[in-house]
Amino acid sequence: MASYTFHRKNRPLALYAGAFAVFIYLPIMFIPLFSFNSGWYVKFPLESFTFHWYVDLFQREQLMRALWNSIKVALFVSFFSTLIAIPAALAVARYRMPGKSAAIGFIMLPLVLPGIIMGTSILGLMNWFNVTLSLVTVTIGQMVICLPYAIAVLLPRFIGVGRALEEASADLGEPPLRTFFRVTLPIALPGVLACLLMTFTISFEEYFMAFFLGGTEITLPIYIWTQLRFPDDFPSLLALATLIITFSFILVFASLRLARIGESLTQEGAR
Amino acid sequence: MISLRNVNKAFGRVQAVRDVSLEIAKGEFFSLLGASGSGKTTLLRMIAGFESVTSGKILIDGQEIQDSPPHLRPINMVFQNYAIFPHLNVRDNIAYGLQRLGTPKAEQARMVDAMLEMIALPGYGDRRATQLSGGQMQRVALARALILKPKVLLLDEPLGALDKQLREQMQLELRSLQRQLGITFILVTHDQEEALTLSDRVAVMENGAVIQVDTPAGLYDHPTNRAVAAFVGSMNFFDATVHGQGDAYRAEIAGLGPQRLNGQAGARQDGARVLVAIRPESLTLSPTAPEAPQPSVQGRITARQYMGGRQMLHVAVEGRAAPVAVSIVAQRGDDPWDGSEGRPVWLTWGPGAISLLDAE
Amino acid sequence: MTVTSVSGPAPARPSAITRFLHRHEGWRGHLLLAPALILMTVAIIGPMWMTLMMSTWTVRGFDIIVTPGLANYTAMANNPMFPVLIWRTLEIALTCTIVTVVLVYPVAYFLAFQTGRSKAIWLLVLTLPFWTSYLLRVFAWRVVLGNEGAINSGLMSLGVISEPLSWLLYSQTAVTIVLAHSWAAFAIVPIFVSLEKINRSYLEAAADLGDTPARRFWRITFPLSLPGVVAAFIMMFVPTMGEYITPIMVGGPDSMMVGNLVQAMYGPMANWPAGAALAVVMMITIGLASLAFVGLNRLVQR
Repeated sequence: MASYTFHRKNRPLALYAGAFAVFIYLPIMFIPLFSFNSGWYVKFPLESFTFHWYVDLFQREQLMRALWNSIKVALFVSFFSTLIAIPAALAVARYRMPGKSAAIGFIMLPLVLPGIIMGTSILGLMNWFNVTLSLVTVTIGQMVICLPYAIAVLLPRFIGVGRALEEASADLGEPPLRTFFRVTLPIALPGVLACLLMTFTISFEEYFMAFFLGGTEITLPIYIWTQLRFPDDFPSLLALATLIITFSFILVFASLRLARIGESLTQEGAR
Repeated sequence: MISLRNVNKAFGRVQAVRDVSLEIAKGEFFSLLGASGSGKTTLLRMIAGFESVTSGKILIDGQEIQDSPPHLRPINMVFQNYAIFPHLNVRDNIAYGLQRLGTPKAEQARMVDAMLEMIALPGYGDRRATQLSGGQMQRVALARALILKPKVLLLDEPLGALDKQLREQMQLELRSLQRQLGITFILVTHDQEEALTLSDRVAVMENGAVIQVDTPAGLYDHPTNRAVAAFVGSMNFFDATVHGQGDAYRAEIAGLGPQRLNGQAGARQDGARVLVAIRPESLTLSPTAPEAPQPSVQGRITARQYMGGRQMLHVAVEGRAAPVAVSIVAQRGDDPWDGSEGRPVWLTWGPGAISLLDAE
Repeated sequence: MTVTSVSGPAPARPSAITRFLHRHEGWRGHLLLAPALILMTVAIIGPMWMTLMMSTWTVRGFDIIVTPGLANYTAMANNPMFPVLIWRTLEIALTCTIVTVVLVYPVAYFLAFQTGRSKAIWLLVLTLPFWTSYLLRVFAWRVVLGNEGAINSGLMSLGVISEPLSWLLYSQTAVTIVLAHSWAAFAIVPIFVSLEKINRSYLEAAADLGDTPARRFWRITFPLSLPGVVAAFIMMFVPTMGEYITPIMVGGPDSMMVGNLVQAMYGPMANWPAGAALAVVMMITIGLASLAFVGLNRLVQR
């Protein structure tokens, strides 16, 4: 076997990539570090270790309300954006149709629109039609943000299930909806779960829509944003941020794992 | 029982199937034979309902079905790569279509067991479908379709993924199964040998159109078209001109000389240019000049090919650029043609050996 | 043998809708896409049109005058501060986009060609932080860069410096660094994907023909990865152009961007039409810049 030189490990390149990884993690790592520090000010040298700032969080009514709002919105957003993304991804994966690439480009549009533009524009429209801003308007706005990601996660899984299995089901007498529930969904399930988790995470941390479309209702990111003005709250915000980061790391890790499990499953199916 | 009437399929500007009309009888084993891209698979998928027709009609027992989605057609299919559901075990794969019919659970189990028996996989019901070998998957796919007692079973290159030995065994089983059940089978294949051994009738497709429909023997002995003749088995083609009229037709064949025709000429005009096709095995070789009145021509052996039980000799004749291929039964031990390259020989043929085709 | 009789159910006559949908595959597809397309129309086309309309209105007192006019645009053109603001925004977005794309290209290359079996893990490691809240990432930098932040207090307690480095926070440099950090994944992923797509046999062929690794890179790998580079440019340029949180959190008064003005117009200054006009100008700038990237790519690939 000839071994070509481009397979050779490039040590400086590996070191560079490692340094890059450190660069992207380092700032984030300071948050948990200082969240256990007893001092009011975020600075070295560290004082003593404390859980005080974490305990403090649970005594804040407004925070609890914002947390509950975030969870509610994220649940609705992940459910409905996945629900809309499933047929859309199936259409893209299975059907020949005129205007397909234009439709895909249109759905992917939120990826190339700054959040502030989408936020203010939807705000303008809601205002024109006298729609009261609430968590409902936030949910609609965040669904738009999530849709391109949801379709991107689902599409490879549906392609992996393959047309033939669905055709076999139809051939054996099952109408399209039952075919979806008996064949497509079970095989693509890890992908669908990954999609739910990912859209939940995106919604849970989304800022622009929540800021412009929330009205008097606030979600967790908006709570953090408003509390940043008060220096006294800073250590507690660090504690809160630590919890959120840990939570979202777990969610994303789980969804990426699921996506990989789905990949191996559908490969088996396509064999 | 199943009729296709002027069926067309266009994908954008590409005409995949052109004006196909076929009548397939109840209980017939029918094959669609053609190279890849000939439109045979598209035609099968239109019968199954996975592709809509662009124009034309498909009827089963006189009922139009071309606008019915696949789940409403009394047709089942064995897919090219079997399409076994990977998340279900063998039993649930076979019983898949029964659930919708509302068959009681006990009855379902009994039917599945009978099917497992029939496909010679008893006791495999609880295996995961993905643990099966290719041949076993093939049987499960067959059982899954047959348990629904379809009027028509479609088979899309069902044996293509199997190795040669297994393929031959499955061919035999398929044929006897079809005889037993009396279900109409429609098989798509690019393998002419498979089509000829299995089928009652074969439709040869090229470029989206059906170019000849006939029994295997009919196709082999009387191809109506150069493409069919070339595709089914091997064939020698000769340029020729028709002379005379009525019962006195004769052909002037390049390389073979004049030849009397017994009605094969049809209504061709005097002087019409035609193509004469002769199978390599319809020619015989002799080392000496045969006695009249058998037509013969002298040539010279240029090359030999061993092909197992037969051997192919290439004979150069005057008036023809390419050598004529002659297939003869190989002799065990004493081979009379051993070391015969360059030797003069006489080619002879019987009156039935000649097929007359239109020149392009 | 149980299957001896052939008696399938008679084919049911499907309804007119079923027959129509069976005949027209494209309609089936569009029907499935419809919910997504409707949502997008309601939540993107409608609002965009609204913003365009609103940008032609004016505000008098607390009332919005819905008579169309170009007053907002002429006001922008006559304001000497506006070109400065647009130019600064472009400068920050372009600098940070170019620097990031250049810096992450080797990382994406490493990921695509050198990670071997641990590719999935590397990909996870390099993209995981970007799934945490963007707000929290910016927040983290404030902790790092602040006058009493990690770097300054750390260096001071080590005795390296005696005074806080004031340029660390509240500067255009800080804004650029933080933006680069925030959106780097948007640059890595497209480049990585385009590198992954390169058929390895091209490289093997080039190696066979005696190309050195460097020549191989510039003649094959790099040109083939250009679509990913362009995608990375656009994916990164768009959000940084619309930024307004980072300048508030880590920038000073001289690093305010267009986004800050838009937010102010929709917020404290309560002049939505002016904000809409700014948003329209921002979109046009983004559109033109993206076209320029794509055009540049065409030019290079020729």
